[in-house]
Amino acid sequence: MMDPLQVMWLRQVKKYWRSKPRMIGSLGQPILFLVAFGFGFGHIYAKAGGGNYLQFLAPGIIAMSILFTAMFTGIELIWDRRFGFLKETLVAPVSRSQLVLGRTLGGATVAVAQGIVVCIISVLVGFRPEHLELLPLALVFMFLIAFLFTALGTAIASRMEDMQAFPLIINFLIMPLFFLSGALFPLTGAPKGLDVVMRLNPLSYGVDGLRGALTGTADFGFRLDLLVLVGVTIVVFIIEKQLFSKVEV
Amino acid sequence: MRGMPAIVVKGLVKKFGKVVAVDGISFEVKEGEIFAFLGPNGAGKTTTIKMLTTLLHPTDGMMKVNGFDPVSQMDDVRRSFGIVFQDPSLDDDLTAEENMHFHAVLYGVKKDIREKRIHDLLRFVELEERKDDLVKKFSGGMKRRLEIARGLIHHPKILFLDEPTLGLDPQTRNSMWEHVSKLRKSEGMTVFFTTHYMEEAARIADRVAIIDHGKILKVGTVDELKRQTKAKSLEDAFLKLTGRVIREEQSTSLERMRTMRKGWGR
Repeated sequence: MMDPLQVMWLRQVKKYWRSKPRMIGSLGQPILFLVAFGFGFGHIYAKAGGGNYLQFLAPGIIAMSILFTAMFTGIELIWDRRFGFLKETLVAPVSRSQLVLGRTLGGATVAVAQGIVVCIISVLVGFRPEHLELLPLALVFMFLIAFLFTALGTAIASRMEDMQAFPLIINFLIMPLFFLSGALFPLTGAPKGLDVVMRLNPLSYGVDGLRGALTGTADFGFRLDLLVLVGVTIVVFIIEKQLFSKVEV
Repeated sequence: MRGMPAIVVKGLVKKFGKVVAVDGISFEVKEGEIFAFLGPNGAGKTTTIKMLTTLLHPTDGMMKVNGFDPVSQMDDVRRSFGIVFQDPSLDDDLTAEENMHFHAVLYGVKKDIREKRIHDLLRFVELEERKDDLVKKFSGGMKRRLEIARGLIHHPKILFLDEPTLGLDPQTRNSMWEHVSKLRKSEGMTVFFTTHYMEEAARIADRVAIIDHGKILKVGTVDELKRQTKAKSLEDAFLKLTGRVIREEQSTSLERMRTMRKGWGR
C-alpha cells in the first residue's frame, strides 16, 4: 500500500529520471573538478609527499556533487508554489510533516544517485576505493550529506518566492561550504583560523566520513563524523519543518 | 435535496494587515445545491474559498463545511471536498494518470478501488486515451478537465470551482458544465463556484450570492435577484448592485511569473 510519503518521494525521483539534461548537466562540474584538479594538482601533491591526489580528491568531489544537487532541490518547492502544484498538496488531508519529509527524502535520494554516478566516474578516471566492505558506510555518509543539505535548501526555499534569487543565495552558501570542507585539501596543516572554520562546517564531517569509508583515512574518526552529521541533520530538519508549516499559498 | 446545509458561514472576516478582504459575510449552501459566488475582481471570492478549503485562517467568524470546522477539523474538511483552483495546479512533468494517482494516494483512496476510479474519471472527462501523456502537452481545456477529474477521485461531497471556465472556449465550457451537472444528479454533490460569466451562472446555478468589497449584497435565486433589482438579466442585476466602475486587481507575482514562463516557451 502506497502512502503519501512514498508518493511524494516517487514523484521527485520520477521527475529527475525523466529530466536527462538535468542529470547530464549536473555531472559536468564534478567531472571538470576531478580532471582539472585531480590531474592538474596531482603531481604537486605527490611531490609534497601527499601521495595520490585523486585518491584524496574523489571522495570530496562525490560530496560536492551531492551538496550541489541537494541544495538546488529547494528550487522545486519554489517552482511548485509558482506553478500551483503546491496548493494541491497543501489542501490534501496529509500533515505538513509528511509532505516535507517526503519532499526531503525524494531530493536526498536524487542527490545520492548523483553521488553514486560521480563515484563510478571517479573509478573510471583512476580512483580506487580501498575498503569494499566499507561501501555501505560510504552510502550512509552520502545519504546523510544529501538529507542534510536537501533539508537546508528546502528550508531556505520555503521562505523565498523569488526564483532568480534562490540560485544566487544557494551559490553564495555552497561555495564556502565546499571550499572549506576539506574536499580539496586536507584539514591537517591548515592555518589556525581556517582550521576553526573548517571544523564548524558540517560538510567537513561528511567529507571526512566519506573519505574514511572509501580510502581508510578519516581525520575526525567515523564516530565523531556520524555524531555531528546526525545531530546537525536533525536540527536542520526541525527548522525546515517549522518553516514549511508556515508556507501559505 | 435533503436540505441540510453543506456550507454554513456566519460573520466571516479576513484581514490582511489593514486591508479587509472579507468583511463579516454570512450565507448557507444547501446540500446538493449548485451555488454561484459572484463579484467583481478583488471582491473577496477567492479569499472566501481559501478559508472554506482550509488554506487560510479567518480573522473572525464561524464556518462549517459538511458539518466540520475548517480551522479545528482540517483533515475532516479536506477529505470532504474537491477543488479546482483558479490557477492551474497540475504537475506538468507527470502524466495525466500519474497526477490522478498522486492525488488518490494523498487522499487515502484504497488501492483496490483506485485504478478503477482513475480509469472511470479519465473516461468521464474524455482523456482516457491521453492518460500516458505528460500534462505539459495538454491544452488549457484538457488541463481543466483533468483537474476536475482529479478533484473527484476521493468522492467529495462538495466541489469548489474557482473560476473554472476562465479562458476556455464555449465548447469546453459547455462540456465542463455538462459534466458537473451530471455529477450533481448522480452523486448528489454540492457545487460551489465563482465565475465572471453571468449567463453561465444564470443557467447553471440554483442560487447566487453577489459579493463586493468583502460584503454580500444579495443572495437568492436568479429570478429573485432579477425581481428585486428590476433587472432584465443577471448581468444587469449584477451591474446594478456592484456599479460600473472597473476594478483593478493588483498583478500578483504569480501572474508576472506566468508571463515570464510564456516568454521562456515552457
